[in-house]
Amino acid sequence: MTSWRRNRDRELDEELHTHLEMAARDRVDRGEDAAAAAAHARREFGNILTIKEVTREAWGWRWIERLGQDLRYAARLLRRTPGFTLVAILSLALGIGANTAIFQVIDAIRLRALPVPNPSELAEVRLVEEVGVRGNFSSWHPSLSNPIWEQIRARQQAFSEIFATGGDTFNLARGGESRNVPGLWVSGEYFRSLGVRPAAGRLLDERDDRRGCPARAVLSYPFWQREYAGDRSVVGRTISIASTPVEIVGVAERGFFGLEVGRTFDVALPICADPMFGGRKGRLASGTDWWLVVVGRLKPGWTLASATTHLKTISPELFRTTLPANYPAISREPYLKLQLGAFDARAGISKVREDYSTPLWLLLGIAGIVLVIACANLANLLLARASARQREFAVRLGVGASRGRIVRQLLTESLLLAAAGAAAAVFLASTLSTMLVSFIKSADQTLVLDMALDWRVLGFTAFLAVLTSVLFGVAPALRATRVSADTILRGTGRGNSAGRERAGLRRVLVVCQVALSLVLLVGALLFARSLRNLVTLDPGFRSAGVLIAQIDLRPLELAIDARREARMNMVERARALPGVQSAAHAAIVPISGSAWGNDVWTDEAAARRHVSVAFNSVSSGYFATLGTPFVAGRDFDNAVDTPQSPLVAIVNETLAQALFGGGNPVGRRFTVESTPGTAERTFEIVGCVKDAKYMELREDAGPGAFLADSQEARGGAYAQIVARTSLPAATIAGEMTGMLADVDPRIGVTYTVMDAQIADTLLRERLTARLSGFFGALAALLTIVGLYGVIAYTVARRTNEIGIRMALGASRRAVVSLVLREAGTLVTAGLLAGLVLAILTARLAGALLYRVEPHDPATLALAAVSLAAIGLLASYMPARSASRIEPVDALRIE
Amino acid sequence: MPKTTRYENRIELLQGTLDLLILQTLQWGPQHGYGVAQAIRANSSDVLQVDTGSLYPALHRLERKRWIAASWKVSDNKQRTRVYRLTTAGRKHLLSERSRWTQLVEAMSGILNPAKRSEA
Repeated sequence: MTSWRRNRDRELDEELHTHLEMAARDRVDRGEDAAAAAAHARREFGNILTIKEVTREAWGWRWIERLGQDLRYAARLLRRTPGFTLVAILSLALGIGANTAIFQVIDAIRLRALPVPNPSELAEVRLVEEVGVRGNFSSWHPSLSNPIWEQIRARQQAFSEIFATGGDTFNLARGGESRNVPGLWVSGEYFRSLGVRPAAGRLLDERDDRRGCPARAVLSYPFWQREYAGDRSVVGRTISIASTPVEIVGVAERGFFGLEVGRTFDVALPICADPMFGGRKGRLASGTDWWLVVVGRLKPGWTLASATTHLKTISPELFRTTLPANYPAISREPYLKLQLGAFDARAGISKVREDYSTPLWLLLGIAGIVLVIACANLANLLLARASARQREFAVRLGVGASRGRIVRQLLTESLLLAAAGAAAAVFLASTLSTMLVSFIKSADQTLVLDMALDWRVLGFTAFLAVLTSVLFGVAPALRATRVSADTILRGTGRGNSAGRERAGLRRVLVVCQVALSLVLLVGALLFARSLRNLVTLDPGFRSAGVLIAQIDLRPLELAIDARREARMNMVERARALPGVQSAAHAAIVPISGSAWGNDVWTDEAAARRHVSVAFNSVSSGYFATLGTPFVAGRDFDNAVDTPQSPLVAIVNETLAQALFGGGNPVGRRFTVESTPGTAERTFEIVGCVKDAKYMELREDAGPGAFLADSQEARGGAYAQIVARTSLPAATIAGEMTGMLADVDPRIGVTYTVMDAQIADTLLRERLTARLSGFFGALAALLTIVGLYGVIAYTVARRTNEIGIRMALGASRRAVVSLVLREAGTLVTAGLLAGLVLAILTARLAGALLYRVEPHDPATLALAAVSLAAIGLLASYMPARSASRIEPVDALRIE
Repeated sequence: MPKTTRYENRIELLQGTLDLLILQTLQWGPQHGYGVAQAIRANSSDVLQVDTGSLYPALHRLERKRWIAASWKVSDNKQRTRVYRLTTAGRKHLLSERSRWTQLVEAMSGILNPAKRSEA
């Protein structure tokens, strides 16, 4: 810019000189002598400097030059007060950095479209309402069965491309401890529809996705780099997935992670290869396995609304065709009434987004408030500076500077500070956002986010910079220039009315700071109490010291009848391991995310009333292992409860209450509805246990029933052993892996520490509690600094008055209380405003709280009292120094 | 006293008319600043003398508005000069300005010569 500018200057110079020379030459041609001609020409020409100046004006960059001038001046001033500048830039960098970091995560998981061509065309096809859907659900996301997907593909006309995909976990180890990696099932259209190119080899297409296909795998780029160091010769080699060799056909392009933001995949397999991986053999034909997500690209001219209308039209016929033969009669009607719709999928689907959107927006709000409080401090500092510079402004106004010019100059200073702060914030933010992401990461949920700075993040930061500079700059600038030159120049500057007015503004700022900090402190305390409630609640079992082993028996290809024997055998051997106090089999481990629900009723009651019950299938010793006490009856017994003996069950207290209205349920009976897999069955209750949490800690324990694993005729090719031990988990895991290898080396196993698994379900609460606590403390600290500044300023300004008071006999104590009274007024006003604000805003956090009322009076009181206490403590220092004023010195200063 | 004679028949240019004069002058072909000034003076029989302090800001302003474009040329006597030419936009602007000028002149003379109007 400047070099271009210099160039133009030189050119103008040359142009004007050429003009002069030509004028002189014309005069010489007309007969004047050379010297006279040059002199005349110059005189006729006029003042060359003035002409240059006015011509430059025509270039239209005067404002840039002025801005440059202002910037230079501002930079010089800021350099002259390095302490102030450093504090200002640092607090802005922290404030803006925290906001940017949170926004960066929000941007990555929520705002950004998928990194594929034309993401805006993507729409997901799913059920409008999931009522009457029965079977096994293998995804957190609403999903569809394979027959439904095939029918959609055959019938739909709204999409130019359509594909199905499902997430899964693939075990790469051949026996022994599992090596689970995130995997994808994809239909043949998947990669082409998303516009993904191969980085090596080729990608899966329709030819690979036919019933009975051989398994072929596509690797993700990061997995290829990590596992094979980017070796191109992997194409054509095989990889072992669940002990089955699979040919690698290619690698997907770099940066492609699938459809789920926050999750990535290592290996993708065609949907048709599902039967090769044992377990649920019939998933392709099964109408009761819900595992696929269907996404398409809308044809040009189609909207989500028109596609939904179209899908609703084809729904009746589609669901008639796919109605599973084994569907229980009661559920057929709802199934036939299911409807499909099209939903926006341009940003993909994401579990982190669903879990963390609300807390992240909330945290962004909190961080925003902290930034406002920091701005108030800066405004206070600038006001103090402005009063120190009053003489300068008065002189400038006096010699004719316009007020606007001085305001512009002061605002340039603020903007320069904000820009420096924002620049530092961008660097800080990338560290902070990485920390934030690693916080959200859990053992079983790896989080892979693209945290690149995009225009949205940079725009957000720039916006914050401008906003903050306006927030902390405008009021001081306007105040500073609202002076009459002769008052300042004539007066001493102390104790005049302008000064008092400015102190008034500073007081208002402090009151606002106190109010906002109180809101943040209340929030922090609410979240902390909510987390504490969750951590300390009694879930109905003791998770400490429990190790969970998920055992994959699929490679053994056991007959269904033999599986139970194998499970019972492994539980027996696990119990015998040194250090294991007790062990049992459990189909479902509480708070693991798995669930199994059915309706039950009892024929003993006059009217049949259905109760929705959470089920589990456990072996004897389960309740002892988890520490759930019996209320009545007995535990299962392998010797007594066999497949041939009458079916027995253990119920929890809530179910006993729901079925029989209290009393001892032992010996009574209930019936379980038929399911796609089993007919109606009646159980006799042999025991009753205390309630325990099932799906999550937040829920109220509901009706629960436990069936005897020893009577389970069917059961999958998996076993799950829970073991209580006092030894370190790793020791027991080692022993158990050895034991399983001894049973059969092909068995795969994955270990989970129950405590850690439960702690992972509270990540969100922990994140909110810790960050809001941190921000609350930061806000309080900033406020205290602000309060201290104002009180100290007031004391300095009233030195005179205090001196007189003391000379007239006021005691030191009276002076201290005088100052503290002033501080008390400010804090009280702030607290009152803050309480009103807190009550108004706390319900925003209501949904995130557990067993704490948003308006909990104890929390409000605690926050207010602690803020008041530290506030008074902060003002005590200036109060004490006020009481040390020597009356004589104070009066002599005048 | 050359200084006074120089201003003898000078007419102060109306606001905006200098732009019109420059554009009109450049219509006959590219010209440098000195040439533009000379041409205006010659074509007005020395009545209109353009002050350099107005000429160059005007030229640069018109250039910024993209009505004229400038380039460096080497003249016959090996001198580098900055030459201005009319752009298409400038030509269009000139046409509209010229018709506005004609209207103005007609309106002015209508007011200044009322006798003529009553005759008509």
